Amino acid sequence: MSGVVADESHGQRVLFVERSEYLAAVTALYEAGFTMCVDLTAVDYLAHESRVVPDGVVTQRFEVVVNLLSIANRERVRLRVQVGDGESVASLFDVHPSTEAMEREVFDMFGVRFDGHPDLTRILMPEDWDGHPLRKDYAQGRIPVQFKGAAS
Amino acid sequence: MTTIDARPASDMNIVSTGAATSEGGQELKPRGEISQKALMREAGAVLRLSESAAAALSEVAGDIGEDQSMIINMGPQHPSTHGVLRLMLELQGETVLRCKPVIGYLHTGMERTGESLTYLQGGTNVTRMDYLSPLNNELVFSMATEKLLGIDDDIPERAQWMRMLLSELNRMSSHLLFLATNGMDLGAVSMMLYGWREREEVLRFFQKVTGLRMNHNFIRPGGLAADLPAGWRDDVLHLLEMLPDRLAEYEILMTGQPIWRERLQGVGVITQSEAIALAATGPILRSTGLAWDLRRDMPYLKYPEAEFDVVVGAHGDAYDRYAIRLQEIRESMRIVRQILDKMPSGDYRIQNKKVTPPPRGRINESMEALIHHFKIFTEGFKVPEGEVYVAIESPRGEIGCYIASDGSSVPYRMHVRAPSFVNVQCLPHMMRGGLIADAVVVISSIDPVLGEVDR
Repeated sequence: MSGVVADESHGQRVLFVERSEYLAAVTALYEAGFTMCVDLTAVDYLAHESRVVPDGVVTQRFEVVVNLLSIANRERVRLRVQVGDGESVASLFDVHPSTEAMEREVFDMFGVRFDGHPDLTRILMPEDWDGHPLRKDYAQGRIPVQFKGAAS
Repeated sequence: MTTIDARPASDMNIVSTGAATSEGGQELKPRGEISQKALMREAGAVLRLSESAAAALSEVAGDIGEDQSMIINMGPQHPSTHGVLRLMLELQGETVLRCKPVIGYLHTGMERTGESLTYLQGGTNVTRMDYLSPLNNELVFSMATEKLLGIDDDIPERAQWMRMLLSELNRMSSHLLFLATNGMDLGAVSMMLYGWREREEVLRFFQKVTGLRMNHNFIRPGGLAADLPAGWRDDVLHLLEMLPDRLAEYEILMTGQPIWRERLQGVGVITQSEAIALAATGPILRSTGLAWDLRRDMPYLKYPEAEFDVVVGAHGDAYDRYAIRLQEIRESMRIVRQILDKMPSGDYRIQNKKVTPPPRGRINESMEALIHHFKIFTEGFKVPEGEVYVAIESPRGEIGCYIASDGSSVPYRMHVRAPSFVNVQCLPHMMRGGLIADAVVVISSIDPVLGEVDR
């Protein structure tokens, strides 16, 4: 299949899939027995652009990470999809309904949009929240801690 | 008397439309405001249904006027919603037509917090996610870190057996609490007291071993924080002696009782294909008859050397899930007995200068040891660049930890695949067509921990 680069990470199977081939690859894997999508998450690589990827993979800011499980073969495979800032990816909802909440979480936390998701609303943050908290450029609030007796 | 009537109409509007909270878009909408496709999905037709199944569905979700149904709100403050779970239910009479969980009330950004804690401190964070099985959270985080460090094959034998002991005892305490809350939700209040009492015995053992009843941060990358205390074997034996009689009591109190069976059997049914499609794991998946247990099917620690049965159900209903958890306590006791027999002597943590602080005694003698100790606890240890996903069987299903490292001493990204977060998606399917009185039973049989759902 074009647009797919196979790799291995600590003995685990990893596939780098192009954004345009993502849904087709997941569907093909579904046909091959990977019937359960156990996890879907994302990473914002804004602060770590020099990460190591196999040849032929063009890195983008975001990476959608999908963990698929084949119960029949007791096998796992992980998909890593490069997604640029402002770009959207296809929703897996029609293949794996379990991704409904997970894609909402990724949208909520990273602002990555999923085309074809039936209900792409925030899930953990309030509806009127500004920004996406797990983005690396999202300001992290801090409360200064004054230790007792500290010299000022 | 007049307080309600005297309220201005605009205030009442705010209450009824939910505009006072800002979850508007996340809420269940009236039938008139959504498309037919969205209605079918919310009524539970997300799966590729057979024609007969679709026909059965239409009996419930068929065309009814908007004035014949009512949307009510259950939670987030409700004694039987296990924390702050909020459900919006569409009712026709007493029948639940649609259900939508609204979550996030306990969201504290723990994954973001994890990005600023070193790998040694990370355990204090993840242990608070699923606060009913903290040791399993620590275990999966430690195993992911060890895999990134490349030391996962070098963990000493004793550390692995100790981890298994704590993990299984934690499974017992978690399931005992399930029995307690399940009883409470159904009105068997004595069961709540009994379950809590027995769980407390297990927690007392944890306190003796780790110093804390919950949120232990005891399982750490490289091994454990300390060795088992003197007399631990007697304490475990005491638990193993006490529990069988108590479990037999529960059987009399609940399993054998017609009212209990009537309330649970045939309630909250989920099929195997639905459970797989919704990525439900743990007792929910096993209640549909699929024997899938990561301890056996993708083994970790020393589980291949332990003999135990994977308990499965046949009907996928709330009764099966209750019976599975009760029986899993017995299976865990069986594993714990084998651990007692096989517990080797040796080190409780890896002797790797990179991740293991020097022993306390050395610090008094050696300057290098002092510096080393200081650096590990302030800077932490660096973990090579890479990414890894490790999953284990928690009492609630598959708990996974995905860590992406950029080579520094804090995770670049730490994600926990929380079983409750995914399992809560089963609620609309289990509730469809059921009675409002059974909604509480269905929530209880999922056994969600909201700390883990919202993280």
